[in-house]
Amino acid sequence: MTSANKRSGRLVHFFFSGVIRLYMAGKQLLKCELSFPYDEKYVQIVESIVKTKKGYRCVRCGNENQQLFASFPCARCKRICTYCRKCVMMGRCSECNPLVIWTGPIPSTFFSSPLKWSGKLSPAQQLASDEVCHAIDRNDSLLVWAVCGAGKTEVLFAGINLALSHGKRVCIAAPRTDVVLELAPRLASVFPSVDMAALYGGSEDRGKLASLTVATTHQLLRYCRAFDVMIVDEVDAFPYSADPMLSYAVERARKPTSSLIYLTATPNEQWRYEVKSGKRKAVMIPARYHRHPLPVPTFEWCGNWQKKWRKKRLPSCVVRWINEHVERRKQAFLFVPHIDFLQQAVPHLQQFHPHIEGVHAEDPKRKEKVLAFRRGHIPILVTTTILERGVTVPNIDVAVLGAEQPIFTESALVQIAGRVGRSAQHPTGDIRFFHFGKTKAMLKAKRHIVRMNEEARKRGLLDE
Amino acid sequence: MKCVICHNDWMPKMSFSIFLTLRQEDVCCPRCRARFIRLEGNRCERCSRLTDQVVCEDCIAWEKRKSVLKQNVSVYMYNDWMKEVMNRFKFRGDYALIEAFRQDVRAVFSKHFSSDVCLVPIPLSPSRLAERGFNQAEAIASLLPSPMIFGLQRIDDEKQSKKKRRERFTGRKFCLTGENVAEKRIVIVDDIYTTGATVHEAAKLLYDAGACEICSFTLIRS
Ligand SMILES: [Zn+2]
Ligand SMILES: [Zn+2]
Ligand SMILES: [Zn+2]
Ligand SMILES: [Zn+2]
Repeated sequence: MTSANKRSGRLVHFFFSGVIRLYMAGKQLLKCELSFPYDEKYVQIVESIVKTKKGYRCVRCGNENQQLFASFPCARCKRICTYCRKCVMMGRCSECNPLVIWTGPIPSTFFSSPLKWSGKLSPAQQLASDEVCHAIDRNDSLLVWAVCGAGKTEVLFAGINLALSHGKRVCIAAPRTDVVLELAPRLASVFPSVDMAALYGGSEDRGKLASLTVATTHQLLRYCRAFDVMIVDEVDAFPYSADPMLSYAVERARKPTSSLIYLTATPNEQWRYEVKSGKRKAVMIPARYHRHPLPVPTFEWCGNWQKKWRKKRLPSCVVRWINEHVERRKQAFLFVPHIDFLQQAVPHLQQFHPHIEGVHAEDPKRKEKVLAFRRGHIPILVTTTILERGVTVPNIDVAVLGAEQPIFTESALVQIAGRVGRSAQHPTGDIRFFHFGKTKAMLKAKRHIVRMNEEARKRGLLDE
Repeated sequence: MKCVICHNDWMPKMSFSIFLTLRQEDVCCPRCRARFIRLEGNRCERCSRLTDQVVCEDCIAWEKRKSVLKQNVSVYMYNDWMKEVMNRFKFRGDYALIEAFRQDVRAVFSKHFSSDVCLVPIPLSPSRLAERGFNQAEAIASLLPSPMIFGLQRIDDEKQSKKKRRERFTGRKFCLTGENVAEKRIVIVDDIYTTGATVHEAAKLLYDAGACEICSFTLIRS
């Protein structure tokens, strides 16, 4: 071999191992996903499925629900092989497919004050923003309890700026793809010089380790001890909240020494207790950025609407509500508890106005319908899910039909009410819970909203 | 009950017929079930394609080329939902989804074939098989009561991709394994029948090896 050849061979080797390092750093990948050799020195290989007293546990996603494990005659290990069905969309964790976890160094990139934003924070936002910076600086955890419409994304800017200046890797985890799709361009526009990755099913950034990452819960499963700052955006998650996989994935993806910022409009009871008793650090933003109080829901009894629906009839108060909105040309969301009901009800409701539409979480025409609603082409949108947060259609009302159903938890109802009065031009609106018997969740949701308004008033955050 | 596809809990209706016949409860919820479309109504009698013709043009063309495949029977139509479920089953490897097809597959099969036929699943190449961990055609065949013969093997894709395009065009996908198929009535099993090229080629090989009557059975007709 000539010396030039040797040199280029070395160069290739150097380049190659550099690429692998960039690919593997901060990751936990399935062995079958790795088509290239890797440096044994910097990885740890662990079983992805382990046996426990209860049966099996998936090391990647934390699943212990035995109904979500299955076995099959495996051609690879020639045995009956058990795998995890919970995270199978990210590649199959099975008994013969271990996880390869990076244990080597993770390179840092430093930016000098990359934030390019000239907006101003409200006093409540400023307070929260300072707390976020503080937590990031000290690798602490913090709960940001912000009402829907508080302007919480801006609250993160200063903290992210600080972290990136110190060469820290930041990840924002969200429960839904559309939140990622909305958040990523927003952040890219205020951090134009920073390398970013937006991770969701089918995204092109898959596998990238960037300085600033926005990812769905599922995508976090590929990362292990990767991030110095982990921000969990749980606001407006309905109906996707309360998945234990999220907290598992978050704990695994962040470094042992890192900060953890939780954003939520509706912390659970355990957390609220911890905040009250001082066990959990929290900062509250009880008012919207436009300094108007949150609209409070009203309850309206509508009888046994399900029984009535079997004869294809709707309660008269609901019919009145629909007619009123159609006549006054005031746009509204109508939340219903099940997809089945939605699909039956929409054709019926189209008798009131032919442009009434229905949309559910997996609706393939979801994007088009949301756009049509935003443009004012749809008078009433019947839905089972909170739509994109960007749906700040000004001047809308909201109703829930069947608010007594168990899917409408306190948190869900608070988030649904949070759709109304988001814009400064139209800060009020009507929120109606049509029900067949008041539930605790309904009462708690209303009390939650009233208390937030009281807190805001006390702190002088409202103009009234 | 937990739906095998969407993982949501649902309440099966306790009907008297289920109780009396001890029929198996469905493993998927009514919503997921309703999104599968079984092939019913007017179809080509040779290939199960939905059409008003007795024998479709494609099948007439196959006949002119002296194909030895007698008939293809399929269970479901190909739609977006099927595409989604097959993606999870085949490419993500969620083997348990096969259970969603068990009842329909058995019912359609027994309507067209007696159980003394032999099943020949369309094989995967060894590299593909190692990658996926299972062969989807074999998984489908395992739902059926008839014995399986592994009469075919795939000529490795990797070697093929190195050949020139024209060569590949005339090149074969399969060869025989040497398992005895002579004098046997064969049903070739695959996941999907699209143009039919795969099963027709397989049928020819098996015919040349002495199999006497060759049909095919696929989960989907696209
Ligand atoms: Zn295995
Ligand atoms: Zn898992
Ligand atoms: Zn289902
Ligand atoms: Zn035909």
